[in-house]
Amino acid sequence: MENKETYWSENIRIILICLAIWFVVSFGFGLLLVEPLNAISLGGYKLGFWFAQQGAIYAFLGLIFWYGHKMNKLDIKYDTESK
Amino acid sequence: MDELKLYTYIAVFSTFALYFAIAWWARAGSTSDFYVAGGGITPLQNGMAIGADWMSAASFISMAGLIAFLGYGGSVFLMGWTGGYVLLAMLLAPYMRKHGKFTVPEFIFDRYYSKTARIVAVACLIIASLTYIIGQMKGVGVAFSRFLEVDYGLGLGIGMFVVWVYAVLGGMKGITYTQIAQYVVMIFAYTIPAIFISFQLTGNPIPQLGLGSTLADGSGVYLLDKLDMVVTDLGFKEYTTSNLGGTLNMFAYTISLMIGTAGLPHVIMRFFTVPSVQAARQSAGYALVFIGLLYTVAPAVGAMARLNLMNTIEPTAGENLVYDERPQWFKDWEKTGLLKFEDKNGDGKIQYTSNTTDETITKTNSMTGEEIVLLPNEMVKVDRDIMVLANPAIANLPNWVIALVAAGGLAAALSTAAGLLLAISSSISHDLMKGVLTPDLSEKNELLAGRIVMTIAILISGYLGLHPPGFAAGTVALAFGLAASSIFPALMMGIFSKKMSGTAAIAGMCAGIGITMLYVFQHKGIMFIPGTAFLGDMGPNWFMGISPNAFGAVGALVNFAVAFAVLQVTGPAPAHIQEMVDNMRAPGDCAAAHDH
Repeated sequence: MENKETYWSENIRIILICLAIWFVVSFGFGLLLVEPLNAISLGGYKLGFWFAQQGAIYAFLGLIFWYGHKMNKLDIKYDTESK
Repeated sequence: MDELKLYTYIAVFSTFALYFAIAWWARAGSTSDFYVAGGGITPLQNGMAIGADWMSAASFISMAGLIAFLGYGGSVFLMGWTGGYVLLAMLLAPYMRKHGKFTVPEFIFDRYYSKTARIVAVACLIIASLTYIIGQMKGVGVAFSRFLEVDYGLGLGIGMFVVWVYAVLGGMKGITYTQIAQYVVMIFAYTIPAIFISFQLTGNPIPQLGLGSTLADGSGVYLLDKLDMVVTDLGFKEYTTSNLGGTLNMFAYTISLMIGTAGLPHVIMRFFTVPSVQAARQSAGYALVFIGLLYTVAPAVGAMARLNLMNTIEPTAGENLVYDERPQWFKDWEKTGLLKFEDKNGDGKIQYTSNTTDETITKTNSMTGEEIVLLPNEMVKVDRDIMVLANPAIANLPNWVIALVAAGGLAAALSTAAGLLLAISSSISHDLMKGVLTPDLSEKNELLAGRIVMTIAILISGYLGLHPPGFAAGTVALAFGLAASSIFPALMMGIFSKKMSGTAAIAGMCAGIGITMLYVFQHKGIMFIPGTAFLGDMGPNWFMGISPNAFGAVGALVNFAVAFAVLQVTGPAPAHIQEMVDNMRAPGDCAAAHDH
């Protein structure tokens, strides 16, 4: 039982980290901070515009795979992987 | 028959033949095959199928066109429709897969131990899915009538028949394998024209990089800078910064689309087809790879199409296109009524400006601050939906590329329609009939019932596609609003709050849907009937400037707040339910999705 509790709280911690990054790359860089970031350019892209139309999607992808990787390790640690 | 038409027939009918062959090979023999494809789909296969399931005629045909005209404001669709997969992967899919049931309403029933909750969920699911399907059916009809010059109704009929064969015969199993094929067709059809156009304009064949490159005309100007210049010279808003109704509206819009995506039952269902919790997490990642491939190309397609359109009409500044010398694609689209020209000043040339009055006006260029003189706009109608479909022709691409786009549009519409049909038929045959009305239904009869219900659902959606109700245009807002304000919060609280009780969750769902529908109806008309919008469909009346399409986020907040308030009053869920939630949270051994 105690094992289950710590497994869950570790999961929540990983989710919170992921969602913080999820929020920052899309709502942060793509929306709220778009104007200051647009002063910087990335090739022909304004940086804020790039995050809103490209960067956020790449970051989402990274997050999902990173989450899956971390959770697989956690599953092995707590011996809860599917057999 | 001309060459283009011949190629289009070959492309469309060879893809149909492929879908039929798959349908025959992947027939469903059990309810498990029919609802969850036997539970043995690999994450890679599932990711591809989710991609096709999710990307509809709207993603394929409409999105790039929306971005072309909204510019930066179109980002809400790009972030909203991809960010939802992060939520699915972390907040819903793994736990719902662990629980291991066939349908979303069944999960709601188990978790909230209430038939009422199950029926509310079925109702939300059917409303959201049926409204969504009308758009797919219209897409099928339009693709046929435009590319093959087949009558709209006949085209719709052919599309209905194709879906019927593989969805009814194969259920989830047949749908999964056809969706994989449809994804491949769709992604080639979308990216090949984009690669050609990106290479033509910038010399870089990768559209994602081409969008950030300099133009290949030797000017050394970046494509996006050029586009900003061209549009602001004609008085339009700067492409790369034009906002969509203010930052708060964009914020709420993006959240609504994200949680709406995560709450759409036909997408969630696909996660029940994989063998383990780990595979469910991985599917979400692969799904976003395949979706992201199209979604990162879409902004390039949008921007490049807009630039090509502008350049066609005004090849060099002040030298506008003479109407009698307009290209063939222009004439073709005029025939459909989606492109309209009116020679307001009688000079025989086409002026495309932001000036919608009949007088010549002066305006300030939003980028340079210079005064610009604008003649009246003569492109009185440029439908957004033509951007993707006309794009290859505008860029003078070979005919086989144009033919491919027709097959791709059909694949996008058919694959989504099939997923939605399965969500509808399973919620009726499994949740309403087996779950509530006739619990002693045998497996064989349930399978038969599923097939009959699906046939009826195809007929109804075909009828609605042929006679779209007046509210069809407003319904996408409703589908996402419903999913965002009812289904997503109910599922998330069911997993993350052990104490959440049935009464509290039902109260939350009803409050969330209630306020969202009220808001949509008060601005768009009751049941979308024109003239019944008692608060008017315009900015100043919107709550804090949030558009009805973006209101699902507020509905979800209300849902959470009401549910937790009611929970304080009525007390927590019983112990055995809390134990069930514990079990959901730990992956462990995970049987294939099952019935009881």
